[in-house]
Amino acid sequence: MTLLNIENLTVSFPQHDGVVQAVRGVSLRVSPGESIGIVGESGSGKSVTCMAALRLLREPPSRIVADRLELGGVDMLRAGRTQLAAVRGRIAAMVFQDPMTAFDPVFTIGHQIVETIRAHRDLSKSAATTEAAALLARVEIKTPDAILNSYPHQLSGGMLQRAMIAMALSCRPQILFADEPTTALDVTIQAQILHLIKQLQAELGMALIMVTHDLGVVAETVDRVVVMYGGRVMETAPVQDIFDAPLHPYTQALMASMPGRTPGKQRLIEIAGASPNPANPPTGCPFHPRCAVADAQCAAEAPAFRALSESRAAACWRLA
Amino acid sequence: MTPALELKNVSKTYQLRQSGGFFARTTDHLAVNNVSLTLPRNQILGLVGESGSGKTTTGMMAMRLVEPSAGQILVDGTDITALGHAALKPFRRKMQVVFQDSYSALDPMMTLAQIVAEPLHIHGLGTASEQTEQALEMLVKTGLDRSYGNRYPHELSGGQRQRVAIARALILRPQVLVADEPTSALDVSVKAQIINLLLDLQAEMGLSILFISHDLSVVRSLTDKVAVMFQGRIVEEAPTETIFTDARHPYTRSLLDAIPVLNPRERRARTFLSRVQIEAATPRLSGQDGTPELHDIAPGHRLEAIR
Ligand SMILES: Nc1ncnc2c1ncn2[C@@H]1O[C@H](COP(=O)(O)OP(=O)(O)OP(=O)(O)O)[C@@H](O)[C@H]1O
Ligand SMILES: Nc1ncnc2c1ncn2[C@@H]1O[C@H](COP(=O)(O)OP(=O)(O)OP(=O)(O)O)[C@@H](O)[C@H]1O
Ligand code: SF4
Ligand SMILES: [Mg+2]
Ligand SMILES: [Mg+2]
Repeated sequence: MTLLNIENLTVSFPQHDGVVQAVRGVSLRVSPGESIGIVGESGSGKSVTCMAALRLLREPPSRIVADRLELGGVDMLRAGRTQLAAVRGRIAAMVFQDPMTAFDPVFTIGHQIVETIRAHRDLSKSAATTEAAALLARVEIKTPDAILNSYPHQLSGGMLQRAMIAMALSCRPQILFADEPTTALDVTIQAQILHLIKQLQAELGMALIMVTHDLGVVAETVDRVVVMYGGRVMETAPVQDIFDAPLHPYTQALMASMPGRTPGKQRLIEIAGASPNPANPPTGCPFHPRCAVADAQCAAEAPAFRALSESRAAACWRLA
Repeated sequence: MTPALELKNVSKTYQLRQSGGFFARTTDHLAVNNVSLTLPRNQILGLVGESGSGKTTTGMMAMRLVEPSAGQILVDGTDITALGHAALKPFRRKMQVVFQDSYSALDPMMTLAQIVAEPLHIHGLGTASEQTEQALEMLVKTGLDRSYGNRYPHELSGGQRQRVAIARALILRPQVLVADEPTSALDVSVKAQIINLLLDLQAEMGLSILFISHDLSVVRSLTDKVAVMFQGRIVEEAPTETIFTDARHPYTRSLLDAIPVLNPRERRARTFLSRVQIEAATPRLSGQDGTPELHDIAPGHRLEAIR
């Protein structure tokens, strides 16, 4: 069974001076219980892909086109408002990259989590409050009652992020989209949250899509990695292969710039050149202006995304 | 040489209003407790630690964006703790901050070129076209091409917004930069680019940086010295490599132990210490009882311990 099935997703944002092509033909399948990591260039379309899968982008300005977009058996392209609301609570939940956007500044954290719980589960207000406090405790918040009574601006970045994780988990989703869920957390709490997510996956059979720039978090948590660049998927492979033998030139460059491998104050390895401009993307392979092994064909024509083995696939002329 | 920035016994108490009852009660929350830090000129000091331990509050107090409840803030040897708005203005120009939450820090109605040029405008530096030109150059330095100048913050990805915030902070060529999680939203390559940019600026313009981060790998490659915060206090401070190879405080050790693995093959079960366990394991320099305090245990190495 496939829980999430995306085929050939395109998301664009028409602007007065052109069209921003944020996602350009992404396909992704996720089975129940699976853990996927999405990594890649900043601006490559990771967040937009997740938001589009949940139909959380406002349309307009965004324009979403896909051959297929199914979540928990629901056709997300044709679903109406009530159906979308039901999917977002019971089937899928999202932890946003920017915690401030998840909370309304004028209501307490407690009010917002309790309302979310009650919208999807038949619980009394006091039962929902107890549940909210218990969830905050599980994300390592030491004083859940005080936090329930706080307003978003009174919390540190990391506390807000944890409150958002608690809210996302409050409806026991079948799939969790976690967009940079631990960036504002210290590594000890990060490790505990990752542990909690894994526990919930085991308990509820929850699938996970983890979007992150932290390759260490990828190494710790996911089974399979999807590498994005310029609105496209460049490579997908089991996590161990991505670390041991990345095949796509972009993946190789990405792994080489991972900090922390040698001690001491030092400059880090960058990928030369600038990120592609999504309003005016390069022709051919999006990585060709920065790729060390590019040739004329790379600039002329985009390589297809094709299977290299049973578990690996990539979009690169050199790997065809 | 006078340090670029000095915090002397700085504390911050927030009043929290408890909602719920008929009468609103307030409780005091000691977010930063007696913190002293020195940022020598042309150095990068890392501030790491528990989420909610007071790092952002400390950085904000250093910039006089949050008023300290006690203690002193010295910039270039001048006590700025009590300076009023007008007297503070020349210091504002020397001190810049990149906020942890870059989204709310960028005005949604302004284009990126306007946002980055604004500090030049406020301080009346150059003509309008010079200001725009400088802003576009600074965007390019942070890895965004000039065409981004006409775009608006909501059109950007998280990492792109963060680069705009960095460009804006650097445009005045400050002497002191407080950078609060400036690279957490960036992909590793752009992160490397920003880290290299900060290292270059440190060398070129003698920039001193208070670098607040949870990313210990970045802290290791960027900073000269690291201070570790726990529960509003500094519990350990030492030259960067000493922290990574010879940490003494149980909280510092638990942090280092929690750094994610570099390869999936190294995945392991982890044990987590509670705050109570950490407090109970406070180092003792002798057999005696007492309250923990910061002690110098080696040159440049401060440790909270019971003497
Ligand atoms: N509302 C919008 N209007 C116009 N362009 C947008 C909008 N939202 C996103 N974009 C553009 O779409 C592209 C993809 O954005 P997205 O947020 O998915 O990137 P990302 O991969 O999540 O990056 P990051 O790692 O920095 O978070 C970016 O170039 C961004 O500028
Ligand atoms: N405006 C405020 N009103 C009340 N309490 C606040 C306010 N700002 C911060 N606090 C509290 O002060 C403490 C320290 O917060 P601070 O933001 O400095 O932590 P931090 O170390 O930066 O954490 P993080 O790593 O999560 O960003 C927290 O307990 C927080 O809830
Ligand atoms: S298709 Fe060409 S440009 Fe693109 S990654 Fe492969 S070799 Fe490089
Ligand atoms: Mg994103
Ligand atoms: Mg903070």
